Amino acid sequence: MSEASDTVLTTQDGRPLKASLRKALRREKMRAFLLIAPLLVFVIVTFVAPIVDMLLRSVENGIVEETLPETVQALASWDPSSGQIPDEAIFAALAADLKVAVAEKTHTRLGSRLNYEETGMSSLFRKTGRRVQRMEEGPYKEQFLKVDEDWGDLAVWQTLKRFSPPYTAGYYLAAVDAQQTPDGIKMKPEDERVYLLLFGRTLFLSIMITVSCLLLGYPIAFLLAALPLRTSNLLMILVLLPFWTSLLVRTSAWKVLLQQQGVINDFLVWVGVVGDANRLVMINNQTGTIIAMTHILLPFMILPLYSVMKTISPSYVRAAKSLGATDWTAFWRVYFPQSVPGIGAGAVLVFILAIGYYITPELVGGTSGIFISNRIAYHISSSLNWGLGAALGTMLLAAVLILFIVYDKIVGIDNVKLG
Amino acid sequence: MKLKTAILAGSALALFSTAAMAADMTLVSWGGAYQASQKAAYTDPYVKMNPDINVIWDESSAEAVAKLRAMNEAGNVTWDLVDVVASDAIRLCDEGLAMPIDPDTDLAAAPDGTSASEDFGDLLVSECFIPQIVYSTTFGYRTDVDEWGGKTPDDICDVFDLEAFPGKRSLEKRPINNMEWALLCDGVAKDEVYDVLETEEGQARAFAKLDTIKDQVVWWSAGAETPQLLADKEVVIGSTYNGRLFSLIEEQKQPVAMLWDAQVFDLDGWIIPTGLSDERLAAVKEFVKFATDTQRLADQAKYISYGPARKSSAPLVGKHADLGIDMAPHMPTDPANAKNTFLYNYEWWADYRDDIDAKFQAWLAK
Repeated sequence: MSEASDTVLTTQDGRPLKASLRKALRREKMRAFLLIAPLLVFVIVTFVAPIVDMLLRSVENGIVEETLPETVQALASWDPSSGQIPDEAIFAALAADLKVAVAEKTHTRLGSRLNYEETGMSSLFRKTGRRVQRMEEGPYKEQFLKVDEDWGDLAVWQTLKRFSPPYTAGYYLAAVDAQQTPDGIKMKPEDERVYLLLFGRTLFLSIMITVSCLLLGYPIAFLLAALPLRTSNLLMILVLLPFWTSLLVRTSAWKVLLQQQGVINDFLVWVGVVGDANRLVMINNQTGTIIAMTHILLPFMILPLYSVMKTISPSYVRAAKSLGATDWTAFWRVYFPQSVPGIGAGAVLVFILAIGYYITPELVGGTSGIFISNRIAYHISSSLNWGLGAALGTMLLAAVLILFIVYDKIVGIDNVKLG
Repeated sequence: MKLKTAILAGSALALFSTAAMAADMTLVSWGGAYQASQKAAYTDPYVKMNPDINVIWDESSAEAVAKLRAMNEAGNVTWDLVDVVASDAIRLCDEGLAMPIDPDTDLAAAPDGTSASEDFGDLLVSECFIPQIVYSTTFGYRTDVDEWGGKTPDDICDVFDLEAFPGKRSLEKRPINNMEWALLCDGVAKDEVYDVLETEEGQARAFAKLDTIKDQVVWWSAGAETPQLLADKEVVIGSTYNGRLFSLIEEQKQPVAMLWDAQVFDLDGWIIPTGLSDERLAAVKEFVKFATDTQRLADQAKYISYGPARKSSAPLVGKHADLGIDMAPHMPTDPANAKNTFLYNYEWWADYRDDIDAKFQAWLAK
């Protein structure tokens, strides 16, 4: 009996050691948590919450039900494949809903929302809104048809019914060039497909930019790490100098250099390498985007590479050489493997920055060098189709995460070092 | 003691700054020469008369619709008056983000007593829109192109004529205007353009016409690009806003001339955001009444070559403030320039914008 109780270790005040330890640890954890709490709250409020809010817009579709509650309810019994436009009861519900909506000025907002799905909805709602207050007490169907014959169009009602639920997959379908039709999900007509092409191009160009950053950045970082401090500091300033210059200034400078009447072409013509009539096209296409973005993102490759290379002890290479390795073997078998974590960090950094870039492609990309983010920016700030913008953004985020996981599987994420 | 002073000073400062904030008025515009002309013609004289008002400029007009929507959702509208193009004003009105105004009570009558609604006339395209200027999107061309053999383009269709006028062109990276011009030059009558453009075949026709020059086009997205491209000889002909071309030709003295044929008229003006406090609303309404009266609109034309939106302002347009040249012949509305003009159809584009833009982007990417 007494032996059993003896096995439980207790502290001096008689409490079990484990509980006491746990308590002390909890206090410690609490303190640590409180220390990071302000940062955590800050990040959640200013970063996570807005992003989640924006991403939710890609499925959110409450506007139809909120603006036309009775119509949505009445439409539940209407069969969109019947080939018949709805009956008087539904028109009466629509009239009642629209009267409220016009008073609250929400009908035009619904019109522009539905116009993303069906061309003509915007003016249909604006026009009907102007007349609905003057409509006489039933029957409404004829009065609506008199305001605009589009109310007799089956497609209008099918769209209304399809987008009645508070959530929709419509934006995601649009983001992959598909659409919901009365006969199921179909690809959009050939002449309206653009997003998949742009996703593919964004990935391709980002990879090209990452590779060219690596090819240019590696020797510079190597030089930076190998040179004596005084010279390497000067070189470092040269690396950082463009970093401190405005992005727009750097992009415009590339225009001056690369355009057909620009500095490089002028020089080539003067030297006689190319004829005056065959000046090279180096901007407003993919080449322009790759050159300008490689320049802009180069420091993000050089800096992690440099900080990793700085930690590689020169004695390893000396040891390899003293054991008979050639310069190349010593570099390739001894130095390079140790710099791989820097390559990983730089490549991930450059790639992720590149994939979301839009200002530079917009200015130097012409038509073949623009990214998916240019369309996202367009939908957020110009067309106001925030749902589609959010869907495209979510897909881009998912693509980055998937690539990140793939990278982790192949190279290993713990093999990334920033210094 | 020290702490007490600090607190006192702090609260005094806070009081002072809220007092100052009451007189702040945030105007949103496009920046650059256009905003400078508004400052010189509207706000400078107004602040001179009302020294307690502090005008803050925000150069966000290009993203005004998106930002106003976000501000409205957050319930914190920080802008008092926003300069937007007419199509954006219509959208803001549709979304309930701009306030309807009554021209006859909110705006000043013309000096001869004509009511504001009559003075502005058709330009009041939306019940929320307070027009300021008429501008046009039109073409400028270089006058020193050897390959053209002394000819100069004087017809919109010369833009599509690569044989007579070889060289690169710059066009805006959006369907609006380009589709209309393409159809006009494909033989569609001016008053049928939008009817044709409504149909799939009509759209295909416009794209086919644009296809004939596609590989010779540099696409712009900012109004300053065409003037730069023309000045650098990157393009020989290009579309942009007429005021940009005016400053390229008259201020920078570049060998460029205007092609006014089939210029597309558009409007720019103010909207008052919804959700302002009564106090701010009263202040901004007073300012708008002043800033859009006959004399003020005529004054703006001293600094930039955009036509005043009031009929009564036209006779008052004088000379350029610095260059001293007569401004009337540089106005898009001048009879000599406006022989053949095209009116942008706001309502139509509100419907077809999303659809045609998708097709236009797909066409561009091909």
